[in-house]
Amino acid sequence: MRGLEKLRLHLRMLVHRRQEKQRLDAELTFHLDQQTAENIAAGMAPDEARSAALRAFGNPVLLREQSTDTWSGNRLELIWQSLRIGVRTLLRTPGFAFVAIIVIAIGIGANVALFTVVRSVLLEPLPFKEPSELMRVYEQSADGKFPYNVVAGGVFTEWQEQNHSFADLALLLPWPEYNLSAAGGQLPERVRAAQCTWNLFPTLGVEPALGRGFTAEDDQPSANATVILTWGLWKRRFGSDPAILGQTIHLNAQAYTVVGVMPESFTFPEQAVQFWTPIFHEYSSERMQMLDSHMFTAIGRLKPGVLQAQAAMELSMVVRRLHDQNLDNPFISVAANIRPLLEDVVGDIKTPLYVLLGTTGCVLLIACLNVANLLVARAAARRRELAIRSALGSSRWRLLGEQLIESFLLSAAGGAVGLMLACLVIQWLVSTRQDLRRVEAIHIDAVVGAFTLGLIFVCAVFAGLISSVSASGDSILSSLQESSRSSTGGQARARLRQLLLSLEVGLTVVLLISGGLLLKSYRQMRSSNLGCIADNVLTMKFSLPESQYSKPAQRVEFFETLLSRARNIPGLQAAGFGAAVPGQGYYSDSGFTVAEHPPLPVGQSQYALFRTADPGYFAALGIPFLRGETFAASQRLNRAMKVIINDSFARQYFPGEDPVGKHLLARGEKSYEIVGVAGDTRYLINKSPEPMMYFPLYEGTENDGTLAIRSTAEVSLLALPIQRIVQELDHELAVSEVLTMDQLIGKSTVDASFDATLLLAFAVLSLILAAVGLFGVLSYIVAQRTTEIGIRVALGAQRESVLRLVLVDGLRPALLGLAVGIAGSIGASQLIRSMLYGTRPLDPSVFFGVAAILLFVACAACLIPAWRASRLDPMTALRAE
Amino acid sequence: MGKPSDLVQGTLDLLILTTLSLDSMHGWAIAKRIQQVSGEILQVQQGSLYPALHRLEQQAWIRAKWAESETGRLAKFYSLTPAGRKQLERETANWNRLSGAINLVIHNV
Repeated sequence: MRGLEKLRLHLRMLVHRRQEKQRLDAELTFHLDQQTAENIAAGMAPDEARSAALRAFGNPVLLREQSTDTWSGNRLELIWQSLRIGVRTLLRTPGFAFVAIIVIAIGIGANVALFTVVRSVLLEPLPFKEPSELMRVYEQSADGKFPYNVVAGGVFTEWQEQNHSFADLALLLPWPEYNLSAAGGQLPERVRAAQCTWNLFPTLGVEPALGRGFTAEDDQPSANATVILTWGLWKRRFGSDPAILGQTIHLNAQAYTVVGVMPESFTFPEQAVQFWTPIFHEYSSERMQMLDSHMFTAIGRLKPGVLQAQAAMELSMVVRRLHDQNLDNPFISVAANIRPLLEDVVGDIKTPLYVLLGTTGCVLLIACLNVANLLVARAAARRRELAIRSALGSSRWRLLGEQLIESFLLSAAGGAVGLMLACLVIQWLVSTRQDLRRVEAIHIDAVVGAFTLGLIFVCAVFAGLISSVSASGDSILSSLQESSRSSTGGQARARLRQLLLSLEVGLTVVLLISGGLLLKSYRQMRSSNLGCIADNVLTMKFSLPESQYSKPAQRVEFFETLLSRARNIPGLQAAGFGAAVPGQGYYSDSGFTVAEHPPLPVGQSQYALFRTADPGYFAALGIPFLRGETFAASQRLNRAMKVIINDSFARQYFPGEDPVGKHLLARGEKSYEIVGVAGDTRYLINKSPEPMMYFPLYEGTENDGTLAIRSTAEVSLLALPIQRIVQELDHELAVSEVLTMDQLIGKSTVDASFDATLLLAFAVLSLILAAVGLFGVLSYIVAQRTTEIGIRVALGAQRESVLRLVLVDGLRPALLGLAVGIAGSIGASQLIRSMLYGTRPLDPSVFFGVAAILLFVACAACLIPAWRASRLDPMTALRAE
Repeated sequence: MGKPSDLVQGTLDLLILTTLSLDSMHGWAIAKRIQQVSGEILQVQQGSLYPALHRLEQQAWIRAKWAESETGRLAKFYSLTPAGRKQLERETANWNRLSGAINLVIHNV
C-alpha cells in the first residue's frame, strides 16, 4: 500500500515537475505572507513587517533547492539542468566551441583510427583455428648472417619425419607467378600463386568453401595437376560458377583440375595470392630434396603443451646432424629458429605502427592541453560571474560540475566528429595501402566504440579538471576585489596556462624532431644512387612456360626475337632483359669458387647475388663498365660460358687483382670466364650494394625475368607496343608488373614516405595548436595588464622596453618547452632508430632546424600581442577601467 | 537556545508527525504549533521545516492536500497517512526509550 503510494509520488514528481515547483513556490509564499501578517498584527509597519519576515525566512532560492533535493529524480534533473546551461554557455561563444570541438575531433579521430589499425593488425589473433599454436619455422645459416632464413626442401622433409613437437608441418612458396589462360578465348593473365604442401590448409585449420582440399596423392610429381582457387579469383574470372569444380584451367599452358575454392575471407600468406598448387607436384623431387637451396616458408602447428623453445631445440638437432653429415657443403644450416606466425606476419610493421600510435597519443594530449587552456581562459573571463554565483549560494560542487559538464559536452561532440573522421581515415587507408599486412582485417567494432567513449571521458575529465582546479582555488572576496581593478589580475591562472603551454611545446618538439628524422631518412633513401638510370625506364615481368620452352635454344630464340623487335620500335632508345633490375629485390643468390684461387677451407662458403642478363642489359639501364665489356651477341648456348661481376664483387674477392680473364666455378661447378666488371647497383634502394654476378641470358638456362626499356620521352607510351610484340610471339603469354623505375622505387619506399608524411602532418598540427595557444595566452596576459602597461607608458617607459617585456613573458614557456622537448626527443629518437636510414638519431641538422622553426613560430605568435601592447595609448588604457 | 537541527537526527520528523496526529495543518501552522506547545523553546526554521515536510511526503508518511486556509487563501495542508501513524508510534517509542535512558544516566551517575 505504502509502496504503491510512493511509486505514485515518484512518478508525479518526474512527470509534473514544473507544476510541483509552482506549488512549492505557492507554499513558501503563503508561509511568508502569514509571517508578514503576524508581524503587522504585532504592530510593525507593512514594509518593516515584510522585510522582517524575509529576514527570518532566509534564502528562498536555497530553501527551494533544499526542498526539491528531497524529491525523487532530482539528480537527473540537476544533470539535465547543467547540460542545458552548458549547451547555452557554449552556444553563446560559438567560435570557442567550434575550435575546441575541431581540436578534440582531430585528436580523438587520429587515435581511434590508429587504435583500430593496431588492434586489427597487431593484436587480433590470425583468423585460423587455435592461432597461438601456429609457428613459422626458420633455418639459421651456418655463417650466422641469417638467423631467420627460409627453408630448404630436404631439411623440411627431415623435420617432418623426425620431429615430435609439431602436430603438423607445412611448406609453401609464396611468390610464384603463373600464366593463367582459360578456355573460351579469355585473355591471358599473369597471376600470383602459392605452392604448398597438401597439409597447409589442415595445418591452418581452414576448410575449402567448395569442393575439397589437396590430398597427399595430389602432392606428388606423378599426380594429376590440381589447383585450389581463392574466392576472389573464382568470382572475378569464373563468374562464381560452382560448376568450375572438376573443370580444367590452363596454368603455364598446362591443364590443371580445379578441386576446391577457399572461403571468401581466406587469404594466405598474402593478399596478392590468388590460387594454390601442390608443391611436390610443381617442383622436381631433386629440387625438393636439396639441403642447401633455401627458398621455402615453413609453418607448423605445435602440439598442445609443447613449448616453442623445446620445438626449436628438437628441429635444431635435426639440422645440426644434417650439417655434420655434409661438412663439405657450407650452405647447409646449423640450427632452427621458431617464432609465432602472427609475429612473423606483422613483425616489420610493428614499430612504425606503435610509433604512429604514440604520435597520435601526443596529438591528443596536446589537443586536451589546448582545450584545457581555452577553458582556463574562459573560466578567467567568467570569474566575476562565478564569484557572484557562489556569493549567492551556489555550491562549489555545482559550479565544478557545470565546468566538467561543459568540457564533457565539448569532448562528446569532438568524439562524435572524431569517430566520423576515423571512419574516413580508415577507408582511405584500406584503399591506398593494400600492401599493408593484414589490411583486410581492419574494421571498426564495439571495442573501438568503447575506446572512443573512453577517450571522450578521459579528455573531458582531463580538460575539465585542469580548468576547474584553477578556478576553485579562488576565494570569492578576492575574485570580486581583483576584478574590480584588474591591474595585476589572474597571475596565478596565467602561470598555470604557461605551464600547460610549456608541456604542449615540449610534445610538439618531440613530434617535429621525430618527423624530421623520418623525413630526412626518406629523402636519403630516395636520393641514394641505384647505380643505374632511373628516368624514363619501364620494366615488365614475364616467364616462359617450362612445358613449351623446355629447350635452352627455344628460350634464347624467344628472347633474341623479342629484343630485336623491341629495339625497332620508334622512340625506344635501348632494351635489355635480365633476371631482375636494380631496386626490384634480392631475387636470389648462388655459391661460387674462383678457379684460380686456392680451394676454400672445408665449411667456408662464398656466395653472391645471382642475376642473368642479355648483352644489351647494361646499356639499357646505363650500368657502366669499369673493366672489360659486356657479353658478345655471338656467345650463345654452350659458347656462352662467360660471367660479369660487379665492383663490390671485384673488391671483395679479387683485391689487388685484375678479375677479367679469371674463372668462376658456379651453378654445378661449371666454369665461367669473367669478361667484365660492371658498376655497383642496389638490389633495394635502402640496401647498400652487395657482390653480384651476371650470367648470360643466352645460355638459355632461365625462363623468366624482367624486360627493361628506355626512351627519351614518355616511356610508358611504349608499354602497349611491347605487349603487342609479346602477344605476337606467343598469344598465351601475359606480362605483369608494368612499372616505370620511379614507380618501382616508390613501391619500396612507400612505407618510409607514409610514416614520415603522417608523423610530420601530426607534428605540424601540433605546432599550429601550440602557436595558437601561445598567441592566446599572451593576448590574455596583455589584456589583463592593460592598466599596468598604460601606467608604465604614462610614466615614460619606452615602446621597445614594453615590447621586450611582453615578448619575454610569452617566450619563456616556449623556451622551457623547447628544452623539455629536446630532452624528450633524445629518448624518442632512440625508439625510432630502426626506422631510420642514413640518418643518425641525434642528427644535428634536424635538431637545430626544429629548434629554429619552433623559435620562429613562437616569436611570430608572440609578436602580435607584444606589438599591440607597445602601441597602447596610455590614456585609453587608464580610462578603460 | 538549540535549533532543531542540533537535536538528535529525526527529532524534527517526530515533532512534525506528532503535531499532525491531531489535525491536518499547513507548514506555517506546524511551525507555530511546535513553537507554542514547546513554550517558545523550539523554533523551527523554515530552512529545515520544508525540506523535512517534503521528505516525509516522499516517504508517504504524510499526505498533502490544497485547501482553503482560515484567511481564505489556498494553502497546502498536510495530514498523517495510516503508514505515517505507525511510523509515529515507532518513533515515539524510540524517543521514549532514548530519553528515558538519557534521564537515567543523568540522574543516577
